[in-house]
Order: sequence, then C-alpha cells, then structure tokens
Amino acid sequence: MAKLKLALYWAAACGGCDVAVLDINEKILDVAKLADIVFWPIALDFKYHHVEAMPDKSVDVCLFNGAIRSSEQEHIAKMLRSKSKVLVSFGSCACFGGIPALANLTTRAEIMERAYIEAPSNENPNKTLPQTKVSVPEGELTLPELYDNVLTLAQVVPVEYFVPGCPPTVDLILKVVNALATNSLPPVGATIASDKTLCDECDRKKEKKMISRIYRTHEIIPDPERCLLEQGLLCMGSATRGGCGALCVKVNIPCRGCFGPPAGVFDQGAKLVSSIASIYQTNGKQDIEKMVNELVDPAGTFYRFGMSVSMLKRRIPQKT
Amino acid sequence: MTSKVTINPITRLEGHGKIEVFLDDKGNVEDAYFQVVELRGFERFCIGRPAEEMPRIVPNICGVCPTPHNMASTKALDDLYGVEPTPTAKLIRQLHLNAFYVEDHYVHFFFLAAPDFVVGPDSDPALRNVVGLVNKVGIDIGGKVIDVRKKCREIIKLIAGKPCHPEGGLPGGVPRGITEEERKWIKETADYSVEFARFALEIFKQAVLDNKEYLKLVLSDAYKLNTYYMGLVDENKRVNFYEGKLRVVDPSGAEYALFDYRDYISHIGEWVEPWTYIRLTHLKKIGWNGLHDGKGTSLYRVGPLARLNVAEGMLTPLAQKEYESMYDTLGGKPSHHTLAYHWARLIEALQAAEHLQRIADDPLLTSKDIRNMDLKLKRRGIGCLEAARGTLIHHYETDERGIITKVNLIVATQHNAAPISLSVKKAAQAFIKGPEVKEGLLNMAEMAFRPYDPCLACATHALPGEMPLIVNIRDKHGDLIRSVQRD
Repeated sequence: MAKLKLALYWAAACGGCDVAVLDINEKILDVAKLADIVFWPIALDFKYHHVEAMPDKSVDVCLFNGAIRSSEQEHIAKMLRSKSKVLVSFGSCACFGGIPALANLTTRAEIMERAYIEAPSNENPNKTLPQTKVSVPEGELTLPELYDNVLTLAQVVPVEYFVPGCPPTVDLILKVVNALATNSLPPVGATIASDKTLCDECDRKKEKKMISRIYRTHEIIPDPERCLLEQGLLCMGSATRGGCGALCVKVNIPCRGCFGPPAGVFDQGAKLVSSIASIYQTNGKQDIEKMVNELVDPAGTFYRFGMSVSMLKRRIPQKT
Repeated sequence: MTSKVTINPITRLEGHGKIEVFLDDKGNVEDAYFQVVELRGFERFCIGRPAEEMPRIVPNICGVCPTPHNMASTKALDDLYGVEPTPTAKLIRQLHLNAFYVEDHYVHFFFLAAPDFVVGPDSDPALRNVVGLVNKVGIDIGGKVIDVRKKCREIIKLIAGKPCHPEGGLPGGVPRGITEEERKWIKETADYSVEFARFALEIFKQAVLDNKEYLKLVLSDAYKLNTYYMGLVDENKRVNFYEGKLRVVDPSGAEYALFDYRDYISHIGEWVEPWTYIRLTHLKKIGWNGLHDGKGTSLYRVGPLARLNVAEGMLTPLAQKEYESMYDTLGGKPSHHTLAYHWARLIEALQAAEHLQRIADDPLLTSKDIRNMDLKLKRRGIGCLEAARGTLIHHYETDERGIITKVNLIVATQHNAAPISLSVKKAAQAFIKGPEVKEGLLNMAEMAFRPYDPCLACATHALPGEMPLIVNIRDKHGDLIRSVQRD
C-alpha cells in the first residue's frame, strides 16, 4: 500500500490535541511507517501558500483540531477541506466548540474591554485596543479579526468523522490510526468513540440513592468507591459519551463532559438535567428552588465543552 | 524602500504568533515586531464560573504547559479560601509540577534546541532535526527522551487524570493520594530522571561547550540582551518552581525588588500596543519606555536563565554544582546570553529530577491527609508559580458564593514578548544583510527566539524535528519579491 498523506492542523485550540498525538509515544514510529505527514499544525496565515499549492484531494486524511473563531481559521478550514479526502474533526474544540466556546457566553467587545482596558495591572492611558491594521514607522502590521461566535469545524465545512475528547485519548488515536492502516473506516458521519455513556464504563458503585443536596467539588471529600452523582457531586457521566477511560472520575473529580453527548442524545445539558431530576429528592416547589440555587453555573457546567453545539449556542448580546 | 520579512509561525500561549522584520533600502534590519495574533478571552469568559472549576478550565490556555496553569489556579484557590494545603497535598502538587518540568524541559531541549548545536546551526535543514541529532551523537536519544517523557507523564496521569488537561486541584489539597505501591515506581522514575539529567548535561558539554565555534556564538553580542530578570526564590534565595517570593535583579545583577507576589500589581505593568493581542509587561515603577534593552530599560525576562540569574543558587546539590560551573563559563552572574537559556533549562531539569527523588523518599508522601477543609472565602485569591517558561500569575475575585467576578492572568510569554522582539531584531541585524536571505542565516535569527521555548514548539517538533518557517520578503506595497521556505 502506498503511504498515506496525513495532515494535522489546529485552529482555536490550546495545543493539547497535538501533544496528545505525541502521547502515543513509541507508536508514533508506526504512524511514520504508515503515513507521510505532509502538514503539521503550526502556521496559520502564512502557510496559505503551502496549502494552496497542494492539488485538491491530495491529502488522504486531515486531523483538524480546534474551533473556528476568526476569518482566517474559517478560510484555512475551507482550504483544508478541499485538499483532503477525509477530514476528521479531532478533539472537543473542533467537535463541540470546547472550552474556547465558553466565549459564546460573552462578546468580542466585552473580551477586548476586559483584556485591554479593565485588567488591574494594565497601563493603558490612551485606551489602546489591538487593531487589524496598524501603521508603524517602517510599514504596516496586520492582525486577524476575531469572530463574536466560536463555531465547530462541522458548522463551517462538511466533516467525515468526529473524534471527541479533551484531548482524544491514546486508545482513540490508535483506533483511528488502525482504521486508516487497515482501510476499515466506519461509515461517514461516525463518531469514533464508544456509543455508550461514561456511566456505563465507570467502575464506581451505584446504589440507586437519591440526593437531597448538590455539592461543589471543594465542599466534600467524596468516597472513592461510590458514584459521585449519588454523593451529590455534579458528574456529567450520564450525559457524556464514553471512551475516555473515566480518567477524571478515577482521580475523584466529577466528569465535565468533554466527550460530548452520547449517541442519540441531542443536547448534553438537557440530558443531564433529566438525570439530576430523577435523583434529586423533592417534596414540592421549595425543594426545586433549592436545587436550582445549588446549580451555581448551569450554562458553564452543562456546556463546559459543548456550547457551540448546544441548544443555547450562545448568549444573545444585549443591544446597547 | 522598506522590505518586510515575516517569520511565521513563532509561538503561542494565548494563541498564535509571528515575527515581522523590516529591512531598510540597503537590506539592513530596521526593526522587528513579535506579534501574537489570537486572543481567546479567558479573562472574560471565566466570569460567572465557580472558582473551584478554574483549575479545570485554565489548562486549556495551553495544552503544552497545562500543569503550571492548573497549579497556579489551585494556588489562587488556596489564597481565595485562606487555606494552606496539608503537607502531603503540597508534596503531591510538587511531585506533579517537577514531573512536568522534567518532561517539558527535555522535549524542548532535545527535539527543538539541540539539533541547532549538535547538527549545526547552518547545516542542511533536512538533517537539522532530532533524526540528525541521533545520527550525529550515535545513540538513541530520541528513544530515551520518549521514555523519560512517558514515565513522567505517568506520574501526572496518576495525580491529575489527564496530562494534557490536568484535572482536580482543590483549595487546601489534592483530590487523590499516593499509595506505597505507587511510591515504588515513582522513585524509579525519579532515579531514572536524575540519571538522564546528568547524561543530558554531558551531551550539552560535548556538543556545545567543547566546540569553540558554538561557545563563541553563545557568548556573542548577536544573542545578548541586557535586561532585568524576574523569578521566584525561596527564603534562602534558591530557585523554587512552586513557591516563594518574586525577586527582580537589575542588569548588573543587583537586587532591584523582592516582593510577595500578591503585590504584583505594584511591580508589574502591562502595556497595550495596537499591533499585538498580547499585553507587554514591564517594571511598573520604571514605566513603559518602549522596546529597548540596556540603560533605562523597563524590560525584564523570565524563564530558566532568568530564574538562575535572580537566585543565589539551586535547591538541590547536583544542580548547584552545575549552576556554579555555568556561571564560571559564562563569565559571571547575571548572564545576558540568551542562548544560555538552553543550559539553564538542563540544570533546572536536573533540579526537578533531584526534587522528584526527594519527594519520592519523603515518608509523608503516602499519608491520607490530603485535604484541608478549613475554608474561609476571602473573595480575592492570587496564585503564582514558575511555569517552565517563566513566572505565571493567576488573580481571581469572586462574589460571596465563590463565583468568579474578575480574572487577571499574566503568563510567561507575556513577560518575554518584548524581549523576544528585541532578541530577534539583534540576531537579524547581525545575520540578515540584504534581501537575499540564506536559509542558514535565517535559522541563526530563528535561534534567537528558540531559547525562550516558544510554547507550541515542543508539541509540534517531535516528528519533523524542525520549526516550519516561511520568510516573505516584501516591498513597501506588500508585494512579494521573494519567498524562502523550509519545513
């Protein structure tokens, strides 16, 4: 078999997805045997020439991580789409918006205000804000423009496969590599991860216990063997796709849903609300109010990684 | 006619970066600008989040150095809740941080920095990578680095679930303890790390110090910047990654300031320029006076060399010996030689490895007392530590329920952003003459920012082993005259 041409690219992301690829450690040599990496994530604007020079569909597989939040990222996503036979939405930012999509709870103007005007250590007497075009004595400097809205890759271009996770685990990455090596990719549109929920693969003991209070993580020391949700900690396991190996739960930390909604679930937050409703002991309106008060940040918790694909999508900016 | 040379990409922390170099009509370098071209807005979108969730959110600022963000955030929570972590919790946090230092410093050095020296700064770019390095030195460095990285990341995984996105970090403690069984393999990894650290320093000595030409390059003016330095020191003024006071020394090495990091606002100012999304830090009491070093500068640097420059010594004995030997060779303290960051990084990795050993031997490590639950919300918390690339400050304010109302973050690459611009300008002035820029010379200019360990570098260089680089030379209308490219 001819060697595959593989591209890896990153948009609005933290770099963790790229590091995750390194975490396959010595198996990276197997990848090198299988594929020529024709493109590794790093450049944004000035790699245009390089990408543009490639013929359409000349890249066999592109693993694209990161969300889309600037005109340039959208442009490069479209370009890589046309150059790639198979485009994989790699990691939670590309699949669901990820943590960068928490910015959808605010606006670009508020972000700029906070960063450049308000921050307490700033010295900005002239209230300077970064500009997309600036003249300096020697010439002109440019910066890309940011969008108000953080989008997923699939909201910008058609995508063949989804690999969730913040970051995708070594097992999942190897599963993808193996599917490529043996030419056994699943049907287009598939999410390459478990079809079950995280709860299904969690080792903790479930006792079908009701709760009368929701705790925040700093408020209690949970039993290391028992279900975290049944101890009152807001664990997203029942509303989250499995496949991560329950990494957070194993260190006594409740799941925050980075693998996105499980198969067949449209909205991760709605699914979690139904889980909480079924376990929270209520005897009337008073208890429901108490429960609502105990949920201190529903939007930022239920959609920690999934704001872009949620029913909410974003906060509607107030008209001023 | 002014030409423009674009070096892209260069670095990222809060996003991506590039460097623009402007040439005058003779082709000499007029100025250089280090631009950070993305902003993600953590300081705004963390408002409304419960404070205790911050250590789980901020690692996404940077997946290359997530551990320091997770831990600076956790320390800010300690301060916010007026709580000291239990002695065992503190040991486990330091175990996590030092394991991170070992793996991060080595990935940077071997995959990114060493090829320049061992293979040669102006050698064929196709050979100037980790494979070339292995061929040249004749041993499987690549395999060893992968091995030490893997072992250290196993420690991080044990403590924090995901090495790329560490979880947990609670005010007053850690979510999971260490067992005696686990101590055994942690100790093995610590011993292995010390052994590897000594081997790495030996390679550095053979490849760089024993080569007169390279040593001359290290000590040359092209790679020298006279700035202040900042870093954490313990009560004996030794290098400490996890805690202590911030110390600033002036370009002559004299102490300029020693302060509690909670008072950072009195000492550090952040300047806003319209051509970059990064805020440029400087010494507030001197005041922002632009991008220059030497007399009157308000710029300081952070990171490995800065930490050694501000300290009176290292925390551990083997690292201390290496520290003394480094300053002997460099001609005293402080050292302004930017390329010495690489050396300082290896000495720090040795300290981190020795510290791992010390923690692994500590009887308290396996105590079950991992959380101090005596929390009293103070509504303001500031955490600071030394990230691999330099001082990192997280500052949170909350409402009466512990919900975030304000966030201020100062990250390592911010402190170094202005110095990076200057370093590249100096090196470019020394090596780039005229629009016909030779690849090797371009790399010599690139070598001026590599010591700062531009963040994504370590993530993206393991396979190709080199930083892809495009230099576009443009006339003043922005039309492309010539393009130099290598991967």
